[in-house]
Amino acid sequence: MRHLLSIGDLSRDDVERILASADRVAGIDDKLPSLKGKLVLTLFFESSTRTASSFELAAKRLSADTMSFKAAGSSVEKGESLKDTVLTLSAYDPAAIVVRHPHIGAPQLVARWTEAAVVNAGDGKHQHPTQALLDLFTMQQALGRLEGLHVAIVGDVVHSRVARSLIQALALVGAHTRLVGPPTLLPTGIEALGCDTATEVEAIDTADVVYVLRMQRERMESAFVPSLREYAARWGITPERLRPGQKVMHPGPINRGVEIDGRVADGPDSLILEQVRAGLAVRMAVLQDLLAARPALEVVA
Amino acid sequence: MTLVCRNGRSDSLVLEGRLGGGECVAVSVEEGVITRIEPAAATTRVLAPAFVDPHVHLRTPGREDEETIASGTAAAAAGGYCAILAMPNTDPVVDSAAVLGSLLETARRDALVPTGFMAAISKGQVGEELAELGELADAGAAAFTDDGRPVTSAGLLRRALQYGAVTGRTLALHCEEPTLSRDGQVHEGAVCAELGFAPYPAVAESMMVERDLSLAGAEGRPVHLMHLSARGSVDALRRAHERGIEATAEVTPHHLVRTDEAVRSLDSNLKMNPPLRGEVDRAALVEGLRDGTIACVATDHAPHSREEKEAPFEAAPFGVTGLETAFAALYTHLVQPGLLPLETLLERMSAGPARALGLPEPRVEVGARANLVLLDLDAEWTVEADGFRSRSANSWLLGERLRALVLKTVADGRVVHG
Repeated sequence: MRHLLSIGDLSRDDVERILASADRVAGIDDKLPSLKGKLVLTLFFESSTRTASSFELAAKRLSADTMSFKAAGSSVEKGESLKDTVLTLSAYDPAAIVVRHPHIGAPQLVARWTEAAVVNAGDGKHQHPTQALLDLFTMQQALGRLEGLHVAIVGDVVHSRVARSLIQALALVGAHTRLVGPPTLLPTGIEALGCDTATEVEAIDTADVVYVLRMQRERMESAFVPSLREYAARWGITPERLRPGQKVMHPGPINRGVEIDGRVADGPDSLILEQVRAGLAVRMAVLQDLLAARPALEVVA
Repeated sequence: MTLVCRNGRSDSLVLEGRLGGGECVAVSVEEGVITRIEPAAATTRVLAPAFVDPHVHLRTPGREDEETIASGTAAAAAGGYCAILAMPNTDPVVDSAAVLGSLLETARRDALVPTGFMAAISKGQVGEELAELGELADAGAAAFTDDGRPVTSAGLLRRALQYGAVTGRTLALHCEEPTLSRDGQVHEGAVCAELGFAPYPAVAESMMVERDLSLAGAEGRPVHLMHLSARGSVDALRRAHERGIEATAEVTPHHLVRTDEAVRSLDSNLKMNPPLRGEVDRAALVEGLRDGTIACVATDHAPHSREEKEAPFEAAPFGVTGLETAFAALYTHLVQPGLLPLETLLERMSAGPARALGLPEPRVEVGARANLVLLDLDAEWTVEADGFRSRSANSWLLGERLRALVLKTVADGRVVHG
């Protein structure tokens, strides 16, 4: 792998190799020396708590130097273009640049302008590939398999990069995906990615995993659903709507009482905190996969 | 006088080629006028009436870094055009006789090929009050349009149609229902769903086409529909023609050749309004052009600076260039595979647009001013960013290999290219 920009660029072998490598590093408490002397740059044009911190910690666990750049308070606010920002920061010879950007395809452009390996940490409503990989890892750890698994993704698919990456990733490993939610929040034509759709919440019944998406308050303004109250009543995931043993996941941050009942989020079948832990292992595995085989960009003394 | 260009000597020359793809002829031009058309020895070159583009953005005034009257008309000449119409969505907008007058004056100095200017339907193109259409018509406006945005108010459009009895000019309409297109950038469908763009459904265009046609029918005034992209729009226009409504339409080379599948590349040179649509839409556009429902090809040549297009798709401006590639793109993708006869393409790029907008029809006949294009259909070339006469290189064809080359263009009796 040269970059990790989209799940669509990966083969099943790539996915299995990264998950196996995440499994190896997950158990190790010590720092690993694999990226010593390399610089991992995180470039965030959009706010993030868990993704930014987990990439930074992953790089540190692999002994890389890290530098984080946030658009807020930077020369981006003075009108610097994405290209100039990337060219400027590339002068530090980073081995990897982790990018989050509000616009679709920004990481692809960054990859064109830098020698570094580029990792997409979320681009608009397009892709969030490391989230999908950590979700696969979480499912595999909890259920012992991915092939043949039934996953129901519930809620606002239209505005979700997490959903787009996950649908592709699940198709790649042979799992079945069903999208469940109000018809206004299921994108027209999404079935082409290899999933089916349903508008009644009862359609989660056959799923091994119920993957709940965040329902954003802003969506009310554009009349995607009449109200959060109506959304919660019809599509909110409550203990009553789940079968015993059905696992529940959520990419966070959660809106308790809207898309997910607090009792479900904190319940025994919730994998939400496992997802956060998996994030560290998977991001270590991704950085290692991209960088470990390459020569360090060392300054010759 | 609707079309103006810089003064200069008329040329004398003889051009040989298969006229409109048929018989080989030698056309003699003396001091700009066709004086003889005689049989000639066999040649593979094609000679045809030069092209007319009813939809060009010259970016002047306001964005002369992207295009000027001089560079835009040089691009037109290189593309085989003998006449173009420029859009009024400049800065300032062409909504007053003063702005129009200064543009016509500049064109008399700088335009290599005859150029006409459309003026705005509404003041500032904001869709609230009518611009001074009568005065603009008297000052030489070629037609009226709020291109770039729709005339959202049906009431305002109705008044503009009624006022057409005063101006005698056509209204050229950008059909888009803004509450349906919203912030949409990519055709609603599987590609858009996968990539996560805000969707711009086909019905956002076709329902506005239906509204505009029904107003045109009610008022008995002609309309010209710009850059159609959707099957529903072609169907609506065909039905309107059956009911006797006077309406013409144009389609761009990019909508005839590409579909939304191309957007997977995330290349901002595939971002335009209306967006590239699905294969059923593309096929309907080709059929509409073939059967004459759609009268003409228009490039919607929309130059943008490199800096503005070197941005993520969503942040980049709408629009692509087209003057220098239109014929080759359509010859390569429609004529060569047998989807459109050569003579139909030549008609839809010359007489078709001229008739639709009330411009003089370029004719190859003795006594006519020479407006000719000489084409080599066997030549192959690659579209390169540094090969354009246009000041901008935001072409949707960069890197592509095309068939057919414009060897020479004669516009209003003068050799302007080759």
